[in-house]
Amino acid sequence: MLKYILKRILSLIPVLFVVSCVIFLVVYMIPGGPATALLGMEATPDQIDALNAELGFDRPFLVQYVDWFTNVLRGDWGESYFLHQTVTSAIAEYFVPTLSLAVFAQIIALILSIPLGILAAYKRGTALDLTCVTASLLGSALPGFLLSMFLMLFFGVYLHWFPVAGYAALSEGLGEHLRYLFLPALSLGIVQAAYLTRMTRSSLLETLYKNYIQTARAKGLKEKKVVMKYALKNGAPVILTAVGQSFGSLITGTIVTETLFNIPGLGMLTLTSINRRDVFVIQGVVIFVTLLYVIVNLIVDILYGFTDPRLRPGRK
Amino acid sequence: MLIRRKSISAASEAIFREQRTLKKEKLLANPALIIGFVGFVLIVLLAVFVPIFNSTDPNAMEVTKRLQPPGDGYLFGTDEFGRDLFVRVMYGARVSLWVGGCVAIFSCVLGTIIGIYASYFKVLDQILMRICDGLIAIPGILLAIALIAALGTSSWNVILALTIVYTPSVARTVRVSALVIKEQAYVEAAKVQGFSNFRILWRMILPGVISPLTVQASFIFAQAIISEASLSFLGAGIPAPAASWGNMLESSKMVFSRAPWTMICPGAAVILCVLSLNLLGDGLRDYLDPKVKGGKKKA
Repeated sequence: MLKYILKRILSLIPVLFVVSCVIFLVVYMIPGGPATALLGMEATPDQIDALNAELGFDRPFLVQYVDWFTNVLRGDWGESYFLHQTVTSAIAEYFVPTLSLAVFAQIIALILSIPLGILAAYKRGTALDLTCVTASLLGSALPGFLLSMFLMLFFGVYLHWFPVAGYAALSEGLGEHLRYLFLPALSLGIVQAAYLTRMTRSSLLETLYKNYIQTARAKGLKEKKVVMKYALKNGAPVILTAVGQSFGSLITGTIVTETLFNIPGLGMLTLTSINRRDVFVIQGVVIFVTLLYVIVNLIVDILYGFTDPRLRPGRK
Repeated sequence: MLIRRKSISAASEAIFREQRTLKKEKLLANPALIIGFVGFVLIVLLAVFVPIFNSTDPNAMEVTKRLQPPGDGYLFGTDEFGRDLFVRVMYGARVSLWVGGCVAIFSCVLGTIIGIYASYFKVLDQILMRICDGLIAIPGILLAIALIAALGTSSWNVILALTIVYTPSVARTVRVSALVIKEQAYVEAAKVQGFSNFRILWRMILPGVISPLTVQASFIFAQAIISEASLSFLGAGIPAPAASWGNMLESSKMVFSRAPWTMICPGAAVILCVLSLNLLGDGLRDYLDPKVKGGKKKA
């Protein structure tokens, strides 16, 4: 197992390499370069070219890439042109709200989705199932920002229960922190819950009608054990993949929500950086987020082995 | 000899007929498929025909008729420029369906090829899955925004960006299902009989992958519509004067507390379209699953 984990950690290198190539290429392709944004609207093309040359953005693509990537490997992720701080410290600062939001949203999503998915699959075809399916269909048909707008309008503008937008740091107290995060977390959580309920239900439906379930019932096992242990455990790989993907997309995909609610997280940092052509920040955030995402995937893959010995690494 | 052949063909015809009635029963016992299909076809028909028969220009502004509530000459009301929201929602449907459909088709075809080969060849698996891991790890909407910042805003660039975003997840899904099927006895048997890899992959493993793939395809079609709306909402999607659901929601951001219909009409269009697609996918899954007979799983 340890060997497998080590192997997987080593396999991070090609992933990071792929990501760094892709994002560097994409950022390189954005026309104008950092000088356009730094100098503003009135700059002449000559001034822009001169500044780009001074900053080293006129060098060939490969030279720039190798230069940047070796620096990243040495721990020097570059400096932001606008924030007056290093990329690493900017990421550390902006990551806290995003992580807080993602964890909060994931908790909401799991509380809603797993019990509902199991119940819906178990009571297939009943009114309960139909309600769950309809709710999850509606939820997954809602774009996150639309749901956010509805929630803002209802809870923020009409009821005044929660602040319409903004962010309170954890240092201002947990209650205040969560109060500000509640609406964005709820809107993200509902969208994720809709997806997870669907996946839980469909995965359990696959397993609930297998022969070994019939055997387990015929043996006289309690229904609870049949469903929770036999069926759920066999459906777990699919559910786990879904949860992994959902957490990954929560941590990485909060851009629209953060922008709408004005939360100073990684998503907002990246969006403003793209608009400002703050290249090292864009690249740094993407590399950082990739690391997080791959680690989540690794954990999911290791958990596969616990739920289904057939998928345990090293088994032929 | 002749008589025997005749009776065989008669028998096979009877079986064929029986299968057909079974299929029909299965279809009728599947309301999700029917509702989803009808809803989707309706939206497609509206998107195609309303702009043909209704000659109102979706970009025509009438300053005196700004923010008119629904009814009274305007079915869905008007926006802050006095443009007819009904017509704009219909034109927006064309954009959304076009983008969503293209993304679903392109990413499913690409993803299936990648996933199925990855499941079967160890070395290829390592390479392809690391690339997919990398691409999945980049936040989808962020990658799309960056790509569009680089390529420029146009519907083809949105399609290209979203296809790049969704292909890896299809590949992963296909690979996971294919890995399970690969261990089945009939695949082993085919290998022992010396079937070519190509035949095993496309004739024996692919059919088992279709059912999760259709669910995923419907999901991607729907997701692509949502993503396109989100991109346009952030100003990185379909360029401004053209009507798209995301554009309309973006411009309603400023006025939706005063004129909620500017948000509700395009919002409802997105929800209905995505909902039909999800129902269609769910229904298809049950319909295509050989273990489901007449709408019920065989116990």
